[in-house]
Formats: sequence, structure tokens, C-alpha cells
Amino acid sequence: MSTETVEREPASKIDLAPGIGGGGEIPTFDITLKVRRYNPEVSDEAHWDEWKLTMYGTDRVLDALHKVKWEHDGTVTFRRSCAHGVCGSDAMRINGRNRLACKTLLKDLDTSKPILVEPIKGLPVEKDLIVDMEPFFQSFREVMPFLVNRGHEPTKERLQSAEERERFDDTTKCILCAACTSSCPVFWTDGQYFGPAAIVNAHRFIFDSRDDAGDMRLEILNDKEGVWRCRTTFNCTEACPRGIQVTKAIAEVKQAILNRKI
Amino acid sequence: MANPVIESPRSGRVAPEYTRTGASKGNFEMLAWLFMRVSGIILVVLIFVHLWTSLIDGDGIKGVDFGFVAGKWADPVWQIWDLVMLWLAMLHGTNGVRTIINDYAEKDSTRFWLKSVLYASTVVIIVLGTLVIFTFDPCPVIDGVAHVAPYCPAP
Repeated sequence: MSTETVEREPASKIDLAPGIGGGGEIPTFDITLKVRRYNPEVSDEAHWDEWKLTMYGTDRVLDALHKVKWEHDGTVTFRRSCAHGVCGSDAMRINGRNRLACKTLLKDLDTSKPILVEPIKGLPVEKDLIVDMEPFFQSFREVMPFLVNRGHEPTKERLQSAEERERFDDTTKCILCAACTSSCPVFWTDGQYFGPAAIVNAHRFIFDSRDDAGDMRLEILNDKEGVWRCRTTFNCTEACPRGIQVTKAIAEVKQAILNRKI
Repeated sequence: MANPVIESPRSGRVAPEYTRTGASKGNFEMLAWLFMRVSGIILVVLIFVHLWTSLIDGDGIKGVDFGFVAGKWADPVWQIWDLVMLWLAMLHGTNGVRTIINDYAEKDSTRFWLKSVLYASTVVIIVLGTLVIFTFDPCPVIDGVAHVAPYCPAP
């Protein structure tokens, strides 16, 4: 009978030089967070509040806002749902640029200066960082953002080639955060312009081979407040947290209207 | 006690200043957009040839006087050239300023007045310019007095 020598597995099979190892300390740094506050129940004037916070290198602007709300001032009001860049609730103006607070790392900002957080522009502010999104969604609804198919309903899925799907792939990524529309100077003026987001979502169906209402959507966007108000300033493309080529999509819709009319 | 009524969050209330009034009919904005691109390209050619013939070719800028202009406009080619340049440049510029007014004016009344001034000045300049191109006289006789320049034929 042989005695089995059980050799125990080492905790790690890699030898590390002394001094290296562990998860590593996450660097911390101090920031000044300035938030644009507005509460119509208290005052009609908006003002800035600021807090000095010690944050970690892995923290986002949203974490700083949470820290303020949970530890300093519970009245700070903002929207956020998933907190992971998918729901599109927490678009705000961070250092003058429209960003999702949940996708903007503090370490990527200039932490030597105060970090300015404001509500997105062009829509009525309701409280602090919350704006009335209803005008934005109204434009979205007007372009009929749903599949319209006049053919017989198939017994299985509606087939489409990979190329046909690729045609509108970019514009399927929209999460309706309003970062693009509220970065558009034309929209800021009077809020009449349909706005980049509505046009992107129209583009998603106009160029979908399964959809039959492209002409109706093009007619809607041929309005005087439609695609022709776009001045190609590229603010929307710069603001989109999903990296959608918004200005390109608008240009393609313009082209489609021209091709249809002429 | 009456129950307080809380409005449904989807009550369809859109801030009134955001509702679009009067859907626009026709393709005016599309045609204006197209006109800007087409006229822009044509104007590049018209203007650079104009600059070349006036400022560089021949005697250059020193050769430009009433006589030079009159000589040019004696040729119907240059009359048409300058007429097209005048109309395209004025309409291109007017449409550009029109869009700037649309983009920046916040009140409809401001828009109306700015555009009224714009359109009035456009009409004046186009009419005046067209008139000058076809009636230009380098040696005018005003109230029987000839305004003679060295290049004018002796009276």
C-alpha cells in the first residue's frame, strides 16, 4: 500500500517580487463639485452650490453626485436609473459638455478646477438637474418611431440581409438621453426644431428595409422645423454618449428627402 | 376629505412654447437649402474670375475707373456675368442672413421686423444694381453740364 503524498496547491502559482501584489490601492484625490441648483418652491433664481469631496480614481461624476446626496445634502435632485450608460436618464452638462454622469470618470476631468454640473440646456428646468423631457419626447413621437409594415404579417420573423441591417445599425443605438438635442444651438433658440434625436430615430426606420412608412417620415422632417434647420455644427455628434454619427444621419435624411423630391 | 388629484405623468402636457404651430406646406426650406449649395459653387467661379479680370489682368487695380467699367459693360457677356453674380450673391446672402435671424431671434415679432428690413434692403440693392448694369454711363450730362473725364469723347 502506497502512501499518497498529497501535495497542496500553492495559493498562487506565480511568484511575485516582494512589495508587489494585492489589488493595489486605488488612488484618491480631492475634487470641488459645483452643481447648478434651482428650486422654484424656494426661489426663481438658480445658484451654484459647491462641495469638496475626496473621490477615488474609479469614481464617476454620478458617484460624486451620490456622495453629495447621500452624505452631504439630500435635497440635491437628479435623475438616474441604471447608472451604467444604458437607460439615458442622467444626461447633464458637465464642464460645459453634455455627458452621461454615469459614463464620465472624474479622473478624466480637470480635477484642479471645480467640476461644473448643470442641467441640459434648452428644456425647462424643473428642479436642480431635472428638466422637463416632454417636448423632447413629443418630437420623438411625431416621427413615428415604430415599425410600419403594410404587407401581410409573416408567419415567422421578417427577414433582412446583413447588409440591410447594417444600413441603419448606427442609429439603433440611441438611448433617448437628450444629450444631442440639448446640445444643439438651433434647438436652444426656441425649441421648435425637431432636434437630432428625433431625426436619428426617424433614420432608424427610414432606412430599415422592413418598414413602409419612410415617405411619411421624410414628409414630416421636410417641415420648416425639420432637417433643414440643421447647421452641421456637429455638437450632437460630439455629445452622443453612444458614439452615434448623428450629423451624418441627419445628412442622410436630407439626402433622402432630396432624392425623393427631385 | 377629498382626495387630492395627482395628474397623470403622461397627461400629454407639453410646455406651450415648444408646440409647433402651423405645419409648413411645400418644399421652401428644402429648395432654399439646395439653392445655397448650388449658388455657392457658381459664385466661387463668378467671383474669382471677376477678381482676376478687375484686379490682376491688364493694368491691374490701377486700370479700374469708370471707363474700365463702361468698357466691360459694353460687352453683353460681362453684363450677364455681373447680373448673375449680383442676383446670386444677393439671394445667397439674404437667405444666409434669413437663417441667422431664424436661428437667433427668440420672439416672432423680432423675427418679423428683422426680416422686413432684410427683404426691403435686398429688393433695393437688386433693383438698383440691375438698373446700373444696363444704364451705366461713364460720361453723364447732368442739367446740360457734361461731367468730362479724360477717357470721355470730346463733347
